[in-house]
Amino acid sequence: MTGRVQRVGQAIALIGVAALLALLVWKVAFGREEGAADELAKGKDVAAPAFTLDRLDTDGELGIDDLKGKAVVVNFWASWCIPCRDEAPVLQQTFERYRDRGLVVLGIDVNDFRKDARGFMDEHGITYPVVYDGKGSTVGKWGVTGFPETFFVDRSGQLVGERISGPVDIERNREAFERGVALALGSNQ
Amino acid sequence: MRLLAALAIACVAAAVAATAQAAPSPSDLEAELVCPTCKTTLDQSDAPIARRMKQIIRTRLAEGATEQQIKDELVSQFGPAVLAEPPKSGFDLLAWLLPLALLGAGAVGVGAIAWGWSRRRGEPDLAEAVDPELERRLDAELERFDG
Repeated sequence: MTGRVQRVGQAIALIGVAALLALLVWKVAFGREEGAADELAKGKDVAAPAFTLDRLDTDGELGIDDLKGKAVVVNFWASWCIPCRDEAPVLQQTFERYRDRGLVVLGIDVNDFRKDARGFMDEHGITYPVVYDGKGSTVGKWGVTGFPETFFVDRSGQLVGERISGPVDIERNREAFERGVALALGSNQ
Repeated sequence: MRLLAALAIACVAAAVAATAQAAPSPSDLEAELVCPTCKTTLDQSDAPIARRMKQIIRTRLAEGATEQQIKDELVSQFGPAVLAEPPKSGFDLLAWLLPLALLGAGAVGVGAIAWGWSRRRGEPDLAEAVDPELERRLDAELERFDG
């Protein structure tokens, strides 16, 4: 009888260890959240992941769904990110150049202090809308891997072009940036 | 002599009270808060946002802010994930209670099994332990011995 209880105990312990191992393997193999950027890189049609966040440039909230019908350049940044300083003027110029054609640059300030972000916006003369994501709730859904990162959304709310990692409009990605803007606007300039 | 002893006790009590009410040090707080980008505690991180958070902590402490005030301010900016330990209230209380409950349940289970084993050892089942054939031969030998 004692032997039987022992065997049952051992079996339960083994099942427990096996279940934990299986959970570990599953988490390592499939646990990573696949963001929109990964889907886009595979050539799939991807809708821009939804969010609604507090605005930093004015009162109220703004979400990507509020910008349906517009071409949107979505830029993830933070005030502590040094390369974000380099691209700020380019994004502002892009906004001013194409806003009459229905393009909006939307900044998403991530993992930052609100006060620092507003200081950055003043310093760089940013007038396009900026929302605050201190918790980084958008990072996983969009597949953001670092800062800055830029995406392009067309008027129907689909991601177009390619994700740009690092500051925009440098030698390495000038073409990709211009192509992304053109695709978002719905033209092939 | 009694006066000296009373003075010594008073000094020790004052020192203990002073220690208990001492302002938190920046390093204490840095060990209890997590860098939002690299997910390690601030004292182990050199990420730009971690450096900025350390700077804010020092500034707020110098301004007289309490540990709780500083934590609340950082949670309002970065969310509860900025705390290295989950809060001991609301749903997060489960993170504290669940391991204790599982530990208790495990201890009760192990205790129950050990108790069951020790009871069985104390009352051996002779009927099951002795082979009937052996018992028959033993009886036969005993009868022969008596005869």
